Amino acid sequence: MELFKNFKDFKMDVLKEVGNIGAGNAATALSQLLNKPIDMAVPKVQLLSFEEITDKVGGAEELVYAVFLRVEGEAPGNLFFILTPDAAISLLNRIAGIEILPDQELGEMEFSALSEIGNILAGSYLSSLADFTSLSMYPTVPALAMDMAGAILGYGLLQFGQMGDDALLIDTTFLEGQNEIEGQFFLIPDPESFPKIFKALGVPFDND
Amino acid sequence: MIEEQSIIKVGMADLNVGSQDSLIRTTGLGSCVGLTLFDPGKKLAGMAHVMLPSSDIAREGQLNIAKFADTAVPELLSRLLALGAVRSRIVAKMAGGSQMFAFAGGNDTMRIGPRNVESCKLALESLRIPLIAEDTGGNFGRTIEIACSTGMLHIRSVQKGTKEI
Repeated sequence: MELFKNFKDFKMDVLKEVGNIGAGNAATALSQLLNKPIDMAVPKVQLLSFEEITDKVGGAEELVYAVFLRVEGEAPGNLFFILTPDAAISLLNRIAGIEILPDQELGEMEFSALSEIGNILAGSYLSSLADFTSLSMYPTVPALAMDMAGAILGYGLLQFGQMGDDALLIDTTFLEGQNEIEGQFFLIPDPESFPKIFKALGVPFDND
Repeated sequence: MIEEQSIIKVGMADLNVGSQDSLIRTTGLGSCVGLTLFDPGKKLAGMAHVMLPSSDIAREGQLNIAKFADTAVPELLSRLLALGAVRSRIVAKMAGGSQMFAFAGGNDTMRIGPRNVESCKLALESLRIPLIAEDTGGNFGRTIEIACSTGMLHIRSVQKGTKEI
């Protein structure tokens, strides 16, 4: 994609740090909610084709729970907190004390609790980013969906669809205990946001 | 004897055609529309995974014509005709175009699913291809598969199960 053609390694490193700070705060918030240590993988910043993005959550048809927040303000974008069904049930149980039987469908209360958990994590992710960059970034009310990963993530790629067939995403995986995956954060800044983020962090954007 | 069926995969913002015993499949349609064309006489079918309604908003240098409703539908038609399809027999079916997330006072992007559906219909109308079946809208994802031998469109979703149109 034209926009990313000249991205030098140090720019990727800057974005990685952006992800690191946001996800670090979200991991701390999750750890407080669970009263357990939460590990976090080093954030990855990757320019991926649309197909590769859904592969990262196990394929386009893989069933996932996703809390989606549209980021508004000076550096808009899309923020997804993605959970496997097992991780969602385990979070509900441990944070909200909700017992889910195998094969039980989640109801309104469970959805609402999950969306609130996503809201807390996304809020701490974004507020630390906003502090770090001095850019105003605020989340919309979260929306929760349980569906195929492709259908959900496709929605976050529409802005990129106007420009090319790749999107740049910053993703972080949370881990607890024996590599049990708790969730994945995807920050997909709108194409227009990159110059603003770099400028805010004192990285020259032009003439690479 | 069981015929070996080959599966042709169509990715996001992609299109392809197939014939005879092959199946054409695209997975995880959300606000995107899976549009199919079928010639029952020649047993030829094609599928496009349309992501956006109009190429007018494209800002990319080299246009991916499979991505936009207004460019994907004519391209799919010409690919079928090139394989020997008879234009007057071609019929269309489509699925997808849902609104995955509901927000109060959502902006235009939020409505992209319904707009994709409208735009596909306009493209079909201008090419005078009849739309004989659709399963669009809602707030859920779909995986679809068309059998090139019958034109039957198989639709699978997490929340609504499976159906055929």
